[in-house]
Amino acid sequence: MTREEIIQPGNLVYRKPELMNDNPMHYCPGCSHGVVHKLIAEVIEEMGVTERTVGISPVGCAVFAYNYLDIDWIEAAHGRAPALACAVKRLHPDQLVFTYQGDGDLACIGTAETIHSLNRGDDIAIIFINNAIYGMTGGQMAPTTLMGMKTSTCPYGRQSDLHGFPLKITEIAAQLEGTCYVTRQAVHTVAAINRTRKAIRRAFQNCLEHRGASLVEVVSTCSSGWKMSPTEANRWMAEHMFPYYPLGDLKDNLTKQNSAAAE
Amino acid sequence: MTENEVVLMKGNEAIAHAAIRCGCDGYFGYPITPQSEILETLALEKPWETTGMVVVQAESELASINMVYGGGATGKRVMTSSSSPGVALMQEGITYMAGAEIPGVIVNVQRGGPGLGTIQPSQGDYFQSTRGGGNGDYNVIVLAPASVQEMADFMDLAFQLAFRYRTPAIILSDGIIGQMMEKVVLPPYKPRRTDEEVARECPWAATGRRGRRNNILTSLSLDPGFMERHNEHLQQKYRVIRETEVRYEELLTDDAEYLIVAFGSAARISQKAIELLRHEGVRVGMLRPITLWPFPTPRIAELARRMKGILCAEINSGQMLDDVRLAVEGACPVALHGRMGGMVPTPEEIAAALREKLIKG
Repeated sequence: MTREEIIQPGNLVYRKPELMNDNPMHYCPGCSHGVVHKLIAEVIEEMGVTERTVGISPVGCAVFAYNYLDIDWIEAAHGRAPALACAVKRLHPDQLVFTYQGDGDLACIGTAETIHSLNRGDDIAIIFINNAIYGMTGGQMAPTTLMGMKTSTCPYGRQSDLHGFPLKITEIAAQLEGTCYVTRQAVHTVAAINRTRKAIRRAFQNCLEHRGASLVEVVSTCSSGWKMSPTEANRWMAEHMFPYYPLGDLKDNLTKQNSAAAE
Repeated sequence: MTENEVVLMKGNEAIAHAAIRCGCDGYFGYPITPQSEILETLALEKPWETTGMVVVQAESELASINMVYGGGATGKRVMTSSSSPGVALMQEGITYMAGAEIPGVIVNVQRGGPGLGTIQPSQGDYFQSTRGGGNGDYNVIVLAPASVQEMADFMDLAFQLAFRYRTPAIILSDGIIGQMMEKVVLPPYKPRRTDEEVARECPWAATGRRGRRNNILTSLSLDPGFMERHNEHLQQKYRVIRETEVRYEELLTDDAEYLIVAFGSAARISQKAIELLRHEGVRVGMLRPITLWPFPTPRIAELARRMKGILCAEINSGQMLDDVRLAVEGACPVALHGRMGGMVPTPEEIAAALREKLIKG
């Protein structure tokens, strides 16, 4: 078989989503951002809403998300993405509006904007990358840094008397009346990637159907910040992050409604 | 209310009514004295049921301004209002808007500072408003209303300027004008722009791609060459604004030997001071800057050449004074009468200051 014969549409088993352009990514090898970006692009394409999607990018490693996905983007100030998204969605109710935020952005400097947007029930989707560290600024302590975990600003390990405790903001989000879907996922295996794709699709669907706020946390790796190889980082995440940040749905009003209707 | 009907209302209420009437798409604000009537009036009027205008009580001024950033980035006419400490919090969003060239209107009904200060009126945010206020090299357009009528009239003007130049615009009012009731004729109703009109007028906006290339609105670049060009582009825009958008009003300057420069409520008080002084035979006039940025520098420079002295009357420690001195360039003596901390000067005080500091001195 020649190369030309192999490259036939009939033989296609995988292709990059069209929404992803060819700009070289600045993300480190082994970083979860690239996978989540791809999933978002795939879901937007699947849903056929490319022309009416507005993404809000954060401050942090994903500040340049707008360089990779060819949708309309607004780049927010640190932590304020949900405030921007609230206004965009209320002024454009038919649009798919999502924010993409890291742990420092969402669970530290933007805690107020996050909680109040979720609690208002803004019809937006929030994609939350939790890698327990500040990647962009070079590996400082995050609100979600685990106890004992070493970073450049807790070089002897996080300890409660000095640094307080890792914040489970997703658990808080699930308590809020305004949220309709709160889930915690990961992208370290093919099965996990498929579950995260479904979660993102559900969150985006909720946004388009005005069901309230959705939060999809993706427990992620930062191999550079954690100073590990990509495979070590995945292993470390499963061993240390998942016990404190257990995966699965924390809240799903749609399933609840459906099962109530079936009874 | 019918068209052209004269009504009696507070400056804050006039802002709210004018916003609904001028096709504003969204208001995002947080309560603070002395401007809470703006959000209260909007809540009472329920414009979302009539014009479709969105009204949100945000969790903070930080959130409010970032909602304005988001809404403005989609090409919508959006606004917020606050008073001095709240506007201090908003500076983050304002500099992002300036950097990303996002239009939007901020109403500041000033109170005394610094810090929590007082709820009484002040003009202490002149520097904050006219010097940019946040980080980086930028300016925002600043309109200073001196009456309830101007509160109503400047709403649409502020939106027009903000969109013409893709910049935030501030209406710099104060607790006197916000709280006092005066006769006002509200502007006629103008429909909100349709999504098609927004797409046509704001091809840069993040409205969803709609068949075009994707739009990215950001104030960030890590390439210093690009960033310098972007800053030069902003400075060029500010030069055009300085050349074309200066607004001011003159009173009795034709035969004047002395000039009072005052804006906003200080100009209203100075008007009475001029009456008192003219009654005594002092030939005094007034220049009232309507745009504080861009400042009417050329006109003040021109007038200064034939004045015996200029008095700045301000409700602060002398902030506009700097701009007046820069304009006068030593051509005549420049003096100040200012009060702070929520105290408001009387016409008699201003008249006495002019006599003592410029005529006797």
